[in-house]
Order: sequence, then structure tokens, then C-alpha cells
Amino acid sequence: MALLNVKPTRMELTRLKKRLATATRGHKLLKDKQDELMRRFIENIRKNKELRLQVENELEDALREFLLASAVMSPEFMEQAVLYPKENITVDIKKKNIMSVYVPVMTFIRELEDDEGSIYPYGFAQTSSELDDAISKLYKIMSKLLELAEIEKACQLMADEIEKTRRRVNALEYRTIPDLEETIRFIRMKLDESERSTIVRLMKVKDILEAKA
Amino acid sequence: MIYMYKVAVVGDKDSILAFKALGVDVYSVYDKEEARKTVDTIARQNYGIIFITEQLASLIPDTIERYDNQIIPAVILIPSNQGTLNIGMDRINKNVEKAVGSNIL
Repeated sequence: MALLNVKPTRMELTRLKKRLATATRGHKLLKDKQDELMRRFIENIRKNKELRLQVENELEDALREFLLASAVMSPEFMEQAVLYPKENITVDIKKKNIMSVYVPVMTFIRELEDDEGSIYPYGFAQTSSELDDAISKLYKIMSKLLELAEIEKACQLMADEIEKTRRRVNALEYRTIPDLEETIRFIRMKLDESERSTIVRLMKVKDILEAKA
Repeated sequence: MIYMYKVAVVGDKDSILAFKALGVDVYSVYDKEEARKTVDTIARQNYGIIFITEQLASLIPDTIERYDNQIIPAVILIPSNQGTLNIGMDRINKNVEKAVGSNIL
């Protein structure tokens, strides 16, 4: 640990004491923040992992089915079939504050809400039933995908914030606070020492004066 | 206030054509340069979520990382029709390591 580069005066001592008090309080607060963030993070990341596994599996299924469908149909027809979608998906994003981290809250806005039967933008005459299956599967996955997007983003942002907070906590705990404590001790010693030497000097002067009288 | 963000899917055409039927915007992209440009362009536009296939994402990790600490847009990896490369899972594990210090899951 290093002593701070300050003059050992009484004024400096009060200043450092104030700084130490602030640093200790800040450390406590940040530590609390870190703990709470960590708790939330672990909760979320578990969910995140489960959800991703699920979504990946289902999505792969749906895409495989789509691949089969496109094998049955000619590519031109395929493209034509999905060219003008009936459904239009947008997403509304709000911010939520979790321990000073802003995480998104997403909600899908579907144009054809509650009308699942009519999501197919093509006539049934020229398309295969595999395509219908693939698209309806995909449609069902979308809401899960959104949930995944929301939670994964939140986890990313929280991971960043936790790392930052941890650095701050450690800097305070292992650097700032010990340095301040040591410097305060050093100044106290210095001040005590000079006080003692003043007393000794006074006693000496008194002796000399008494010897003269 | 409801503010509408759009949803985009970026990937090779065979994997993402299916999404087009659902009314999300589809960008078919094949090589690295194109992918980078597409992602950067649509990130600046009014997109809230960008789904990108892992195959493409593995080519442009830097570009993906750039959006990690922004709330909008969320860049999310999805498997393509050739299956998953586990990059999405890796990213979750990396997040855990970053936050906790070691992988506890």
C-alpha cells in the first residue's frame, strides 16, 4: 500500500477522514448493488439458457420443415407465395430499470391478433401442406423468440454492469480505503510526534528558566 | 407511449425466407462485407430486434459485439437451416463468466 502524497497537517487529516467516510459508505452501497444485481442476473441467465435451448430446437425443426417444403415446390413459386405477407409484426420496446441498469421490455404488436388461421399469405392451390406446417410452427415460435430477445439483451446489459460494479467495489475495497486508512494513521503519528516534541521543548525551557531564577 | 420498432431477420436466403411470411423484414446476405454493412445499416434504422443466423454472425463477431451494450437494437443469434453452431449458447456462457467470474451453470 502506498501513502498518499499529502502534507501531515491537521487540516489534511480532517479532509482525509471525510474522504474515508465517503469511500466506506460508497463501498457498502456498491457492494449491496452488486449482490442484488448478481441475484437477479443468475435468475435471468438460468431462464435465458433454458429458453435458448428450447427455441433453438424448435426453430431448427421449423426450418427443416421449411426446407422440405421448398424441396417440394419450385423456388419461384415459393418466393411468390411468401412475397406479400398478410401479417405484420412490430415490437414495442419500453425501458425498465433494474438496479440502475436499463433493460428492455418488449411486446409484439401483431396486425392479425387472434386470427391465427389467416396468416398464410398465399392461395392453397399451388402450395404444399408442408409449407403451411412450417409457417404455422414458425409463427408459434415467434413469441418465444421475442421473449428470448428480451431476456438475452437484459442479461448482456446486466453482465456489463456487474463487471463495472465489481471493478468499482474492488478498487474501493483494496485500494482507496486501505490507502486512506494508512495515510490517516501516518498523519496521526506525525501530529502526535510533533506534539510530544513540543511538550519536551516546553519542559526543557521551563527547566532552564527555573535554573536561572 | 407505444413506439413501434420493426423486426429484421438477416441470414442466407434459404434459412430466412420462411420468416418473410410472418411479416418481419428479411435481408438475405451471403458474404462478410455484405453482412457487416447490412447489420450496421439496419441498426441505425428503426429496428428493435435483429435476428441473425449463427453462420453469418460467426463471420462478423466485432459488429455483433458493438451492439451488446446498447438497449436498442437487440441482436439475437438464431440457428440457420444447417443447424446450430452453439455460438448463441457460448455467448450466454460468456456473459456468465463476465459477471460471476467463473461458469457456474
